[in-house]
Amino acid sequence: MVSEFWGLTFDGIVVGSIFALIALGYTMVYGVLRLINFAHSEIFMMGTFASLGVVLLLGFTGFEDPLPLMSFLGIFLIVILVAGIASGSAAMLLETVAYRRLRRKNASRLSSLISAIGASLFLTEVFRIMTQSLDWDFPRLISKDPIFTFSTAIVSPDKLVVILGAAISLFILDRIINKTKLGLGIRAVSQDERTSLLMGVNIDQVIRFTFLIGGVLAGVAGSFYVLFYESTKFNAGFLMGISAFTAAVLGGIGNVRGAVVGAFTLGLFQQYSAAVLGYNWKDVITYIVLVLVLLIRPTGLLGEAMQRARI
Amino acid sequence: MDRVKSILLFNLRERFSVWWENSSRNQRIVFRVVLIAGCYALPYLRNPIIDTPQSSFDSILFYPLVTFVILSVGLNIVVGKSGILDLGFVAFYAIGAYSMAILGTLTNLNFWEILPIGMGLAMLSGVVLGLPALRLRGDYLAIITLGFGEIVRIVAINVEITGGSQGIYGIPTPPKIFGIEFSVTNIRPYYWLMLTFVLLIIWAFLRLTVRRPGRAWEAIREDEDVAELMGVPTLKYKLWAFILGGAVGGAGGVVYASQVSTITPELFKLNVSFLILACVVFGGMGNLWGVILGAILLNYIPEKIRFLADTRIVLFGLLMVLMMNLRPNGLVPRMKREKVYDKKTGNEVLR
Repeated sequence: MVSEFWGLTFDGIVVGSIFALIALGYTMVYGVLRLINFAHSEIFMMGTFASLGVVLLLGFTGFEDPLPLMSFLGIFLIVILVAGIASGSAAMLLETVAYRRLRRKNASRLSSLISAIGASLFLTEVFRIMTQSLDWDFPRLISKDPIFTFSTAIVSPDKLVVILGAAISLFILDRIINKTKLGLGIRAVSQDERTSLLMGVNIDQVIRFTFLIGGVLAGVAGSFYVLFYESTKFNAGFLMGISAFTAAVLGGIGNVRGAVVGAFTLGLFQQYSAAVLGYNWKDVITYIVLVLVLLIRPTGLLGEAMQRARI
Repeated sequence: MDRVKSILLFNLRERFSVWWENSSRNQRIVFRVVLIAGCYALPYLRNPIIDTPQSSFDSILFYPLVTFVILSVGLNIVVGKSGILDLGFVAFYAIGAYSMAILGTLTNLNFWEILPIGMGLAMLSGVVLGLPALRLRGDYLAIITLGFGEIVRIVAINVEITGGSQGIYGIPTPPKIFGIEFSVTNIRPYYWLMLTFVLLIIWAFLRLTVRRPGRAWEAIREDEDVAELMGVPTLKYKLWAFILGGAVGGAGGVVYASQVSTITPELFKLNVSFLILACVVFGGMGNLWGVILGAILLNYIPEKIRFLADTRIVLFGLLMVLMMNLRPNGLVPRMKREKVYDKKTGNEVLR
């Protein structure tokens, strides 16, 4: 453990970057709707398959030599764009089909949650049947040879792309939320839905926009996921979703910066504990962290006092 | 709209309840006896109308039909009656099944001795999970229970005593009772056994619901804060709902394991939890008869139309979304008893 410290830390940051992008979707939707978007993990899963689809359509088979950096960046940008658009539109569609009607009817949160579970089941199963329950390998676009090593940390190009890409996405998101009018709308609705309605905020538009941003981020996360793990499956969303949700809760759900902090904390924690207890127990540890956080500090690391979750 | 409703199931239900109200005690007893006898006689009533084309009718009756009925009835106590969203109900089922498997293969205890132990372990895990978790509400509680369901399965994969992902094989069958032999080849006795449990549980549940616990659960479901203010010890009753639901799930697991004789962690995936929840929601949360109907329909229809079996979870997903959007209260929703004024007489009547 001690000898592997730097290696684990670096990998933890890579994994944490992916968690962060997914966790933001959970936390933003929770912020405006006070609702856990249960199908968000499936939006992410669709992002991984969209990325894979683009790469396969572009004619990569996995037997090519790794691309030079510039052409890799160009191609990967297309992959990210397509995955983001696919997941973003899927998320908006999800909002329309599974949530909007219930929200208008002022239905109980239980109904929305069950509707979300239904949507999640539907998407998982559709992809299970379409992909024949197989593991789908993602062609290696960029070499995984280390650029340099720092103690036991292996710094390879794909990991750097994930970290930098996530950082850029987070920066853009921060700008959108803090500088644009729609971002202002999101912040207003998170604080007080009724008052922002009275102040002339178009709530439906804000909610749609929130789902769109969350979906795009999940799609981008999907691209990074397949780049790093080089494989995806119909149920890839489930465990990532639980981890990202844990990260969002850890940082204080509804809090955008908290989600990022929570994601990196959880990414590091998972790596360290997997090194100590064995890789098989990694997911159990995630659940235990989740349970402990919810019980001991439900407001999370950075959370303000949140309204109690009501059914 | 009312016409459509009256043509569909609704009027049947109304008519039945009117008939039930007006029938004499003897008529009711006869009805009950006929219904129960009909359930027990089902394996003999095999005919082209209800037969399942591509799989043995007896085994369909046991699994999934009656097994999911017992699980849905158990989950109904938790989700339907007390409004606690439990997404990890499969954990109790798994604990029951693994108790039977481990104790049955490693010790000399027989089925009847293991049954209370399995139920006890499921109840105990209900306490262990419930005591901390039930202080939370709504979504958070749902996520914690979901985590619990997965933890149980992952532990079963990673621990030696449960046989890892290979599972446990050679689980003994129950000993002979009333001259009925339990064997791997003959599934009927298992069906009768599980059916007996279901009937006992339904009876116990109905007795409970007209007494204090039932009223407390309903109060908690409607509004927990108000219930607490009115003096209902909410944590205590929520915990009891959890424990009793767990015991029912555990009992289902014990019987199931003794029939299949081999269990693997694959059998207790999260999908099963969602399937049980779908039965409860589809039938009508909180209405026992609706839940049973939901469990029967959702498990029988896919067997009847076998070519849909592969896509049935897709259909479940769609059904759950549609159901929540169109009929949020399920197929046969629980009746709200309320005082209304009869327009003709002007008297207050309970409807």
